[in-house]
Amino acid sequence: MKHDFSELRLEGVTRRFAGAGGQAFAALDDLTMTIRRGEFIALLGPSGCGKSTALNCIAGLMPLSGGSIRLDDMRIDTLPPEKRGFGMVFQNYALFPHMSVEKNVGFGLRMQGIPGDQVGKRVAHALRMVQLTGQEHKLPGQLSGGQQQRVAIARAIVIEPPLVLMDEPLSNLDAKLRIETRAEIRRIHRELGRATIYVTHDQDEALSLADRIVVMKDGVVQQIAPPVEVYAQPANLHVARFMGYRNVIELDVLRETAGRVDLGGPDMQLTGIRKQEGNGKRAFVAIRPEEITLGDGPGGRNTIAARVDNVEYCGRDSLVDVITPTGTRLHVRATTSPALGDNVTVNVPVERVLVYGA
Amino acid sequence: MNAPAAAPPLSREPFDRMLLLAVPATLFMLLLFIYPFLYGLMLSFTPQEGGWLANYQKFFTTDNLWPTVWTTLKLALPATIVNVGIALPIAYQMRIKSRWQRWITTILVVPITLGTVLIAEGMLTYFGPKGWLAQFLQLVHLYEGPIRLTHNYWGVLISLIISGFPFAFLLILSYVTGIDPVLARAASTLGAKPLAQFRHIYLPLLAPGLAMCFCLAFVQAFSVFPSAVLLGAPAGPTRVISIAAYEAAFEQYDYSLASAIAMIMGFVQLLIVAAVLGLRGMFYRGPVVGGKG
Repeated sequence: MKHDFSELRLEGVTRRFAGAGGQAFAALDDLTMTIRRGEFIALLGPSGCGKSTALNCIAGLMPLSGGSIRLDDMRIDTLPPEKRGFGMVFQNYALFPHMSVEKNVGFGLRMQGIPGDQVGKRVAHALRMVQLTGQEHKLPGQLSGGQQQRVAIARAIVIEPPLVLMDEPLSNLDAKLRIETRAEIRRIHRELGRATIYVTHDQDEALSLADRIVVMKDGVVQQIAPPVEVYAQPANLHVARFMGYRNVIELDVLRETAGRVDLGGPDMQLTGIRKQEGNGKRAFVAIRPEEITLGDGPGGRNTIAARVDNVEYCGRDSLVDVITPTGTRLHVRATTSPALGDNVTVNVPVERVLVYGA
Repeated sequence: MNAPAAAPPLSREPFDRMLLLAVPATLFMLLLFIYPFLYGLMLSFTPQEGGWLANYQKFFTTDNLWPTVWTTLKLALPATIVNVGIALPIAYQMRIKSRWQRWITTILVVPITLGTVLIAEGMLTYFGPKGWLAQFLQLVHLYEGPIRLTHNYWGVLISLIISGFPFAFLLILSYVTGIDPVLARAASTLGAKPLAQFRHIYLPLLAPGLAMCFCLAFVQAFSVFPSAVLLGAPAGPTRVISIAAYEAAFEQYDYSLASAIAMIMGFVQLLIVAAVLGLRGMFYRGPVVGGKG
């Protein structure tokens, strides 16, 4: 069992299940990536996208149907979980209900046959890291959800694993605690200096925590990139939709020169940036609500005339729905709250109109 | 001097009419358990001759009465230990849902549907001196000596194991499947091999259930009667306490002595059950899940 490593290589990792009618379907299809020491990787996607399957395959809790996993030169996908030595934090924490906090955290060390006095020292250190000193003798049932969650983290990191795997660890916490614990997880990751793989369906969590995000859908990787890139330059429409590009409109391609595309529809002309090749005739544009500005005068390029259809007040700003004369709906984040039925114009910069193939 | 004003009566909880639902069960217990028990207890202290403790004196001084306690314990304790001991590993293996799980469970549970007498009949045919087992062993020259597995201690023990196993198995299976399998998976990621997962996670969480199962299986085995008569040697090695009570009541028509024997039988059972439940108190008895669901 290794405590340190330089890279974890996943090659064509695939997991198939027997589906309805004996038809095998791939819950995880051909995941290939290299994770380096020190990286924080988030597996992001809606439920059923294969992100938890990927995590279980890496942990060894689920055998692979294909592909291989290597930790440096050591092939590990054939090893049982107890020989891999990865720390794992489960969604429901999976604390041992009959053991005190101290016993829970020390379990992994005792399994490795580490002498008692050292176990005590390392458990105390891990509990300090998650700020649970003083709770050593309580049973998990006597702790709050947030404390249980931190015991689970301490138990996973105390064995000094090369890799910490986290399966939606914050999904059972309330909003405030979630943000606090998020920062804590990031700090612990930095202190350990190894690698973390974090499964989540929440793009905010992924964006704030990860060095690189793996966006998945239906078992297939859609994009692997740093948060800034996933956020601003989604690789395809699925990623765009998942990252909050709520306006997706299909238009005719009029002209295309050097990555700039002019598109037209019955009541709008838009110029955007090509992100994914298409058939050259039709294309989808994806625009984030916060990239659109609301005005009332005549504008230049990328200005669309529309009527206000709905206003949702959100405190700092408002979410305004506008409708073009032919019925295309656009979501706009606006700092002003127009009245229902007002005629307005909306404008979006060329570089924020992303064009995807039809 | 003014008397202090009487405190206003505490507002009384409205009578919870749901409690009425417990009436039939309470009546049932009173009429069919508490009353006969108390009646038997009184009866045991009114012997046909002698002082009020004469029956108990007779039991503990008569050579064919007091050893029945040991005879019964010698059958019931090993049968219970074997049943719980075999049922535990099998139930543990059955915790994972598979194609075979339902079939194996069904086959293992079948003996519960057979009466003791039917099991005894089958055993006489199978384990008897000229039974299939003896014939088979002689055919393959594995064991040439006489097979004596009926009409003695072993016959009764085997029958107790056969009839008691499904019960212990079903009970333990329900305890095992109640434990969240994610706990064992968490233990495995922490370096626990399968045996260690069983020892450190399943066994401590199962312990209270095992104690419960042991008590129920023991009480069942301790009251053995038909198989001790049909498959044992009811005059000697398998003269269990229920046979002694039966003889007192229906052969000597001494209901008073029979009641005393029944009370002693109940007391021995209570003693063992109390000891096992006392041990159970040493284990964790809370919920067996690992956190928020």
